[in-house]
Amino acid sequence: AAGMFLRLLSDIQWRAANPKWRRMSSSQRSTSTTAEPHPVSLPAQAQVVICGGGITGTSVAYHLSKMGWKDIVLLEQGRLAAGTTRFCAGIVSTARPVSIELKMAHYSNKLYQQLEQETGVPTGYTRTGSLSLAQTQDRLISLKRVASSLSVMGIPCEIITPKQALQLHPLINIHDLVGAMYVPEDALVTSANVSLALATAASRNGVQIHERTSVSHVTVQKGRVTGVETDRGRIQCQYFVNCAGQWAYELGHSGEEPVHIPLHACEHFYLLTHPLTEPLSSSLPTVVDPDGRIYIRNWQGGILSGGFEKNPKPLFTEGRNQLEIQNLQEDWDHFGPLLSALLRRMPGLEALQILQLVNCPESFTPDMRCIMGESPTARGYFVLAGMNSAGISYGGGAGKYLAEWMVNGYPSDNVWPLDLKRFGTLQSSRTFLRHRVMEVMPLMCDLKVPRWDFQTGRQLRTSPLYDRLDAQGARWMEKHGFERVKYFVPPGKDLLDLDHSKTFYKPDWFDIVGAEVKCCKEAVCVIDMSSFTKFEISSTGDQALESLQYLFSNDLDVPVGHVVHTGMLNEKGGYENDCSIARISKRSFFMISPTDQQVHCWAWLKNRLPDDSNLTLEDVTWKYTALNLIGPRAVDVLSELSYAPMTAEHFPSLFCKEMSVGYANGIRVMSITHTGEPGFVLYIPIEYALHVYNEVMNMGQKYGIRNAGYYALRSLRIEKFFAFWGQDLDAFTTPMECGREFQVKLEKGMEFVGQEALLEQKQNGVHKRFTMFILEDHDTDMDLWPWWGEPIFRNGRYVGKTTSSAYSYTLERHVCLGFVHNFDEKTGEELVVTTDFINQGEYEIDIAGQRFQAKAKLYPFSSLFTQRRRKDEVELSGYQRE
Amino acid sequence: FYLTPPQVNSILKANEYSFKVPEFDGKNVSSVLGFDSNQLPANAPIEDRRSAATCLQTRGMLLGVFDGHAGCACAQAVSERLFYYIAVSLLPHETLLEIENAVESGRALLPILQWHKHPNDYFSKEASKLYFNSLRTYWQELIDLNSGETTDVREALINAFKRLDNDISLEAQVGDPNSFLNYLVLRVAFSGATACVAHVDGVDLHIANTGDSRAMLGVQEEDGSWSAVNLSYDHNAQNEHEVERVKMEHPKSEEKSLVKQDRLLGLLMPFRAFGDVKFKWSIELQKRVIESGPDQLNDNEYTKFIPPNYHTPPYLTAEPEVIHHKLRPQDKFLVLATDGLWETMHRQDVARIVGEYLTGVHHQQPIAVGGYKVTLGQMHGLLTERRARISSVFEDQNAATHLIRHAVGNNEFGTVDHERLSKMLSLPEELARMYRDDITIIVVQFNSHVIGAYQNEE
Repeated sequence: AAGMFLRLLSDIQWRAANPKWRRMSSSQRSTSTTAEPHPVSLPAQAQVVICGGGITGTSVAYHLSKMGWKDIVLLEQGRLAAGTTRFCAGIVSTARPVSIELKMAHYSNKLYQQLEQETGVPTGYTRTGSLSLAQTQDRLISLKRVASSLSVMGIPCEIITPKQALQLHPLINIHDLVGAMYVPEDALVTSANVSLALATAASRNGVQIHERTSVSHVTVQKGRVTGVETDRGRIQCQYFVNCAGQWAYELGHSGEEPVHIPLHACEHFYLLTHPLTEPLSSSLPTVVDPDGRIYIRNWQGGILSGGFEKNPKPLFTEGRNQLEIQNLQEDWDHFGPLLSALLRRMPGLEALQILQLVNCPESFTPDMRCIMGESPTARGYFVLAGMNSAGISYGGGAGKYLAEWMVNGYPSDNVWPLDLKRFGTLQSSRTFLRHRVMEVMPLMCDLKVPRWDFQTGRQLRTSPLYDRLDAQGARWMEKHGFERVKYFVPPGKDLLDLDHSKTFYKPDWFDIVGAEVKCCKEAVCVIDMSSFTKFEISSTGDQALESLQYLFSNDLDVPVGHVVHTGMLNEKGGYENDCSIARISKRSFFMISPTDQQVHCWAWLKNRLPDDSNLTLEDVTWKYTALNLIGPRAVDVLSELSYAPMTAEHFPSLFCKEMSVGYANGIRVMSITHTGEPGFVLYIPIEYALHVYNEVMNMGQKYGIRNAGYYALRSLRIEKFFAFWGQDLDAFTTPMECGREFQVKLEKGMEFVGQEALLEQKQNGVHKRFTMFILEDHDTDMDLWPWWGEPIFRNGRYVGKTTSSAYSYTLERHVCLGFVHNFDEKTGEELVVTTDFINQGEYEIDIAGQRFQAKAKLYPFSSLFTQRRRKDEVELSGYQRE
Repeated sequence: FYLTPPQVNSILKANEYSFKVPEFDGKNVSSVLGFDSNQLPANAPIEDRRSAATCLQTRGMLLGVFDGHAGCACAQAVSERLFYYIAVSLLPHETLLEIENAVESGRALLPILQWHKHPNDYFSKEASKLYFNSLRTYWQELIDLNSGETTDVREALINAFKRLDNDISLEAQVGDPNSFLNYLVLRVAFSGATACVAHVDGVDLHIANTGDSRAMLGVQEEDGSWSAVNLSYDHNAQNEHEVERVKMEHPKSEEKSLVKQDRLLGLLMPFRAFGDVKFKWSIELQKRVIESGPDQLNDNEYTKFIPPNYHTPPYLTAEPEVIHHKLRPQDKFLVLATDGLWETMHRQDVARIVGEYLTGVHHQQPIAVGGYKVTLGQMHGLLTERRARISSVFEDQNAATHLIRHAVGNNEFGTVDHERLSKMLSLPEELARMYRDDITIIVVQFNSHVIGAYQNEE
């Protein structure tokens, strides 16, 4: 029906005030498309041009115009809502494992519910609820985890028995089920009409909508968007929003300065049937059977059922752009396994007559999360695309966040997991995307267990030591395209294969990592940490120091050879980055950041450093191999190799010196380990990497040296209460909230970004506090392991969520890190969190519905630290994200 | 005694090999998609050989099947050497110079061929030096000859065949100080091999054939049916032109003794072959070489035996007949196979079986519901049945294996009979040769898109 509705409105420029169409009802089935209306010419300029008239584009337009921006033009190459939006299944589902996605879906649901009333456009919104079925215990655990997240958000949701599920939906076969999750407020919509309603409201708010207008490319000058070239002329603009869905990649590459938007389309099939003899009620809940890889919703008395097969068919790899998605073939043989799953779930449907098999391409991203934000290279170029088949569920919320981002400079919540800048050019190879989405699409239905690694698109960036480490039993994970060691499997020991190693309980590598941790504590271990982002900032005069003093909260005017841990804060005092900066000389600095900061931090600095040819910023990530020597004997190994005294008197903590190691000269040695253990990180020019590694391993033998991986590192840093950026820290967390006041020098004699906000927090107190929890009655062998995102309860009331967790081999307990809030009992308002508030409470952590007692701590166990340190500093940093 | 289906499969698949031309950035720009090959022995050891390689210094791909007789030595040598001779014949003067200079100064050599070999396809390590020296002499001569003309593929193929056969003959006459090698070169020369070689470069397909192996093109007609086009002529008694040729080359007095019982001099089935110096050398030369040769050779009745009515050698040549074919989009595949296949199957059946196999793999006729009334249950049944049908085709992941299965197992109705297949494959070694010959098959699949694009360019 939506298609018809649109056709009536095909007057290219769209005027909500036009009374002619307001009288028409969407149910009218007129096909009078003969009278081609006169095209209204495009404006010569606008503040914002949005490309794409699907759910994301209209949602962005809607929210921008609501927030007061009026000078907006929305361009659609075909008809509004005629692409994926029109074909998609129209399910609004809030059961999402990632917290920010859950929030977006929840907002979308509330938005769509009132949209018909607001706009007068019938959206088909029906609150049906949804049933997610579990065929296995592991699946039930994952549903319980989602249920915990939903509950603390105040979204009704229940874990129910198979029998209760049958009462909610009489057609399902429950014999192979172990349980289900019921979310009563999930809904169905007519997706095209939702988009249309959003467009209507936007149009009433002044947004100009032009159909049949395609954008050829976006012009960028001096790193800023200046305009848009279309097939109907040029529009000057300050902001461009790429909401082109599966064409977003193509559009991003069309300009002179490419914007890399890594997404790729896959065919997606669903089935429509005629009504049942006794038509299905339109209020019957949607059924999701992830183990069968299918979803089933009621549709006009019959059903609509699709799924995510194991062998997806990627398409448009060559970037063929077509106006509207037409003539895609139905492929019954391909759909066969899903049909089997459907008839297994609802055997009663055998006699139901088929109406159509719809082929509706969806775009998928390399990490299954959507893409939003501003281009790192072209300011004013925003993106919202790659919805991974959940465009309707996310569209409303995602549009709101993006609009906030454009209007306020940043969204009202932490959207880093969705930020375009988590990707770089390296994820934008067509071959990579084609291979990766073939893995991602089946993952939509696969069990999501902790520590899952993608298998495709691997071995792209590697350390020069890769082969050496691999031959010694290294098992790998990938971060920002870089291969990193998880742990080393000792010779003769076998681990489970990939599929069998999936677990929510104690993993098979437990003892292996335990041995590595022990070696870090008692002897010395080597971890290859080459993936970290490394920048060099230098200048002819004091420019580098001055700029960094302004951009970083700690005092960087330290003697040459000192290393400073510092946050790179935004105006609100939140962490944009957390890094270690070594002063290499009076005028140059060496900056170490988390691996996935490579694009974000670069863009942040580029946009804020003065345009001064005497000041240079260089990405030297690829130039150095980093070896982290952790453990009490690291000092012995290094002093034997360098013939230089390395003891704390000569080389205190947080120092940096260029020295020789073995035959190799010019190795940057820093006395930090990112774990709180004693030791050093060696930054080695890559051509010396193998030499230095061999020397270290040979010399280390007598001290019991061994290789270790990131899992050991993570356990060490979490038991020391080290927060890491991207996991614990984000743009909404200030140093004050995570016990890092000492890394902020409010009085460093010069203004810095975030200073004002931090001063205010210092005065008024913080509203959340980073806290460490030791699980008390948790049985490591028998109980579910914490991961992250578990709700924290204080005196029985929800106060926040965990952000990371690890087993501490030293404490022999699980340690969770997370934020504690103080929500007002009546209003829910966030109150000040004091030390007393934290200390005077009984805590519990909810793991998949089961609560475990936990002891809260605001400071790490001092007994865990053995190192002698420089007086004024405690090493308290670590940013090894999982 | 009865072989189970998995046992049958493991026998049939033991030698199968597949090669897919690698795609770059999601695209394959070659006119060849890839090939499947397989061998089923009847002799022990098998006397057939196969080779496949990509030319690295010129464009194109080489594929060949070689049917040995009187031992496998000659077929083995030809399978190792012939493609190098062809590749060298195709090389432009500058590249030859470059290669010669590299050898002269001890630098690394440009690789000439990229081989696509099954692990069982071996190269003789011992002879590699000897073979290399002969090859080097050949290219040195080519350099000296420098005609300055661009190399014609037909000519290159003919030259390569003749030159290799000549080298085989010369090496045997000269001998080698190393006794192992000396015996090897003699065995190569006294045994024989036919060769059927394809050179594919864009839309240009050349087939060079010596002997009774065969090349056949699979063509899909507009109505979807399959037909076979021969791209080689068998060189045997059934080929009138071939009989005519042999007769022309010898005095009228020998006319009656030349071809007896459909065999050359009453002995040899193929009328052209590599090696077989017994049909090429003068009697004096044969005697001299055998006498001065190792004892094993002297003790061998076959080698000592001089063919009857042997008056005007040579009676046999390795010169190939070359056929050139411009590939068209409807040319879907090429089958190269030794006579072991063609004895048991008609080429029409070969075309149909391979054609249906390949399309079954790639585009099964899609189902469309259209306006029909179909229920979910009916559709489910239909799809289940189709899957079962496909999986029987998918039992073979290799077109050559699929063809062998039919060649050995077909019953009178043209379908594979498992019992018959099991019996044929469990024959004891000494009996196997009575019921079937060695079979070697290469199925090359063409890339119609690329071929179509070439056509449009022209």
